[in-house]
Amino acid sequence: MRLFYSILYRDLLLAIRRRRELANPLVFFVIVVSLFPLGVSPDKELLSQMAPGVIWVTALLATLMSMDAMFRSDYDDGSLEQLLLLPGPKVLLIGAKITAHWISIGLPLVILAPIMSLLLYFPTHAIGSLVITLLISTPILSLLGAVGVALTLSLRSGGILSSLLILPFYIPVLIFSTMAINASANQLPVSGYYALLGAFFIISALLIPFAVVAALKVSYN
Amino acid sequence: MMQFIHKYGSPRYYYQWSRGWQKWLAIITVALLAIGLYQSFFVAPPDYQQGETVRIMYIHVPAAWMSMFVYMVMAFSGIVALVWRIKVAEIVIGECAVLGASFTAMALITGMLWGKPMWGTYWVWDARLTSELVLLFLYFGVIALHGAFDDPRTGAKAAAILAIVGIINIPIIKYSVEWWNTLHQGPSVTKLDKPSMHISMLIPLLIMAIAFKTFFLSLLFMRSRAELLSREKNASWVKEIVKEMS
Repeated sequence: MRLFYSILYRDLLLAIRRRRELANPLVFFVIVVSLFPLGVSPDKELLSQMAPGVIWVTALLATLMSMDAMFRSDYDDGSLEQLLLLPGPKVLLIGAKITAHWISIGLPLVILAPIMSLLLYFPTHAIGSLVITLLISTPILSLLGAVGVALTLSLRSGGILSSLLILPFYIPVLIFSTMAINASANQLPVSGYYALLGAFFIISALLIPFAVVAALKVSYN
Repeated sequence: MMQFIHKYGSPRYYYQWSRGWQKWLAIITVALLAIGLYQSFFVAPPDYQQGETVRIMYIHVPAAWMSMFVYMVMAFSGIVALVWRIKVAEIVIGECAVLGASFTAMALITGMLWGKPMWGTYWVWDARLTSELVLLFLYFGVIALHGAFDDPRTGAKAAAILAIVGIINIPIIKYSVEWWNTLHQGPSVTKLDKPSMHISMLIPLLIMAIAFKTFFLSLLFMRSRAELLSREKNASWVKEIVKEMS
């Protein structure tokens, strides 16, 4: 566990030292969400109906944009290779890196999303469910994205390819989350969706670090 | 098990035994397709509601079945490639991805053509259509990843990991899409009690399904043998074969 905490501390420290890089996906999120009223229509009804989908799809894209940061700089300067040579379970190491990524990208998104939802006239009583779905699901996005980044690490144009690989895997998260938000906007019970998302999170958290380790091994070959 | 895999997976031996299989599978495919197509166009009755348009089913349904089947073959050979590092299995992954994507595209296109007269539209965002489309995206991902590496062996291993992650995810995607929206008719053949399809339509369908399977296998053998030769072009056994032929 000490390995886990020291890697987590290192990655978070690095993220804070590179604040500007960290802010880019979040600014992207804000700009893209505010493009929709301009592109579709400023109609109140329409926007409040579209809001969950718009916020969720934009959050997916913002997460994907930030994904490269998880391993790329460590891969380029060789420190990832040194980290993988450390004694101790590699799964913990990967878990720490994914957790750090979530804290530096997923968590700010969870905080930003309610503010942006107000711009889209999203009903205030459903904002709670928006926050809860984002809170459960953004870790899943970080986990699944890690597989894509790890697989394409040794490629020159890995970024766009890893998005292609991972986006189909994001579909269940997108569906369950937006269904939960819509249900809550219509005052319907939502706990079932939360349970499904939670199950999906637990399965991903248990299995995906192993896939990431295998993918990194292939990348280092 | 180990011995079996290593023996049949050694490039040289694979090249030899697959030659005979490929030939016979190709012959069986032509025969089955001839019977199946004749039956589905001239013998099977038109549907009481859909009329003659139902005949596209004999292409559509087998192609849709193949789209899943090929993914299973691909993921299985991915496991074999990762665990036992068999070269032939690595080649099979890439070839399966291309063939599987073709079958999936075929199922989607025939489905669209069938949907226009029946549902009045080429496309609906229905659960089964959507999950088939997602499956096509997954195949595209495997193809893109497989071809992205300079070293084909690394590409095959990366594609294998992606295929295996996909096999866990496919049921989740399928069910999530199913709860999201459903318009497509339920499965008519795989019901446990009694198929809700008349026997005169079921027989041509099953013949076509088997024909598609043998068609896939013979193509898989053909493509993987060609790929094997080009990858192993510096090996001595390939040079012997070339010498024999010239």
